Amino acid sequence: MLIQRPPDLKSSEITDEKAYFSRRQFLRGAALVTTSLGTAWVYRQFTSTGGVSKAGEKIAGVVAPAQPPAPGPAEALTSLQDVTHYNNFYEFSTDKRQVAPRASHFVSSPWTVEVGGLAHKPRTFDLDDLRRLSPPEERIYRHRCVEGWSMVIPWIGFPLSRVLDQVQPMGSARYVAFETLADPGQMPNIRSSVLEWPYVEGLRLDEARHPLTLLASGLYGATLPPQNGAPLRLVVPWKYGFKGIKSIIRIHLVETLPRTTWNRSAPGEYGFYSNVNPQVDHPRWSQRMEQRIGESSQRETLMFNGYADQVAGLYAGMDLKANF
Amino acid sequence: MRDIRFLKQLVLVNGLVPLALLALDGYRHNLGANPHEFATRATGVLALLFLLLSLAVTPVRKLLGQPWLAPLRRLTGLLGFFYGGLHLLTYVWFDKAFRIGAITADVARRPFIMVGMTSFLLLVPLALSSNVRVIRWLGGRRWNRLHRLAYLTAAGGAMHYYLLVKADTRVPLAFAGVLAVLLGYRALNRFLPRYTERKPARAPGKPAGAVGP
Repeated sequence: MLIQRPPDLKSSEITDEKAYFSRRQFLRGAALVTTSLGTAWVYRQFTSTGGVSKAGEKIAGVVAPAQPPAPGPAEALTSLQDVTHYNNFYEFSTDKRQVAPRASHFVSSPWTVEVGGLAHKPRTFDLDDLRRLSPPEERIYRHRCVEGWSMVIPWIGFPLSRVLDQVQPMGSARYVAFETLADPGQMPNIRSSVLEWPYVEGLRLDEARHPLTLLASGLYGATLPPQNGAPLRLVVPWKYGFKGIKSIIRIHLVETLPRTTWNRSAPGEYGFYSNVNPQVDHPRWSQRMEQRIGESSQRETLMFNGYADQVAGLYAGMDLKANF
Repeated sequence: MRDIRFLKQLVLVNGLVPLALLALDGYRHNLGANPHEFATRATGVLALLFLLLSLAVTPVRKLLGQPWLAPLRRLTGLLGFFYGGLHLLTYVWFDKAFRIGAITADVARRPFIMVGMTSFLLLVPLALSSNVRVIRWLGGRRWNRLHRLAYLTAAGGAMHYYLLVKADTRVPLAFAGVLAVLLGYRALNRFLPRYTERKPARAPGKPAGAVGP
């Protein structure tokens, strides 16, 4: 027997066909909009630029160097925004755009640098000691990264030789070894094993004493922002950027070739010298051209980054392909 | 809601959202200090991402027993091809300024460029044979065999990325790891489908894949 119950719904309650479809259209539209916003949000998480970081303190009493080795007139300064928001500083992040935001709380004062090793008068300097040592000079240098991009940066600093003279290197000293602070509390990426920490670099003593070699404490007239290596970094304008070690805590005079971080990471790709050389390619990419930040087309890379007149003599008779 | 037509629209629109934002950022000079590098990186990662998504469609539909999801494979694969083409264009345009000599020298001498270029070229026949008429003309078996190239292109893309980075290989390795899982599923599925597939649940009286509200 078929028991028929009255239907729960009266036919008058059935949603009108037009209303039903417009409801469906509405739901679809809502789904499109909300998922698109979600996708946009995810995309933004990976591509945020990190905004604008706060400027350093103005450095007083900056003097012009006696013989400014400035780039040619056709080379404009790279903007402060680009210089301070496109940084390789792996202790903070391997993403060049993320270094500035992640380094924004870095404390670089008080700070001391221990200068010693094979020196007659080893000494620990604080920032005031260094300020008294030599007046700050403005040096406008080209900066060429091994990755194939470049900038023109107005650094503030003084020749590293002034510090080396203070500690009086012994006759046996042939190289200078540098070390960056490695503070996992302040440098979030140190917990990763991307590179070996602390970051170390080195120069031959004659390279370190060359008048172009700068111990920089500022750029664009103000103290270095953390992402650029506050409070003290090395600038060696004829070498690839990674030789310019940042946030230095130790400078040691040594007898044998010092270890360098990138050389240990990939010995076949990053040599001890790492002089800018358009004729010696990186094993994985050409070094013939460079993307100058802020320019639309590429430039040809210059031998010794355009400082051949000043530094080529340091390498007279050396095979620069073998000593890359 | 088994509405594949709408789902395809949804995926397509979402797939083009990154391109719209990239174009907007470019227009507003908001791509950072090195816009060329940024555009190349972004399109490259998106290409790899969509290729992996395309390879994920089959495992997902089999694991969930939802055969109606199959058309998403073609759409995501085509999005991967599209972003791969943009990626190649940014390299040829921004990095090499359309200098054919510099490009051929690069391809010949740099393994990571060669691997990337080969992977993209292998995608071309896949994209060309994604049209229904071409599929019919080829026949299912030959089409299937041809489209096994998808595994090779995705592996080549992940390798291209790995060879490019200086030291931080975590992201490229993550892509390679996901790819390994997706390929591992296929190996498992071949021998132990009992564990890797779910029978599609069919509503009585409704043909498989029917469109319901």
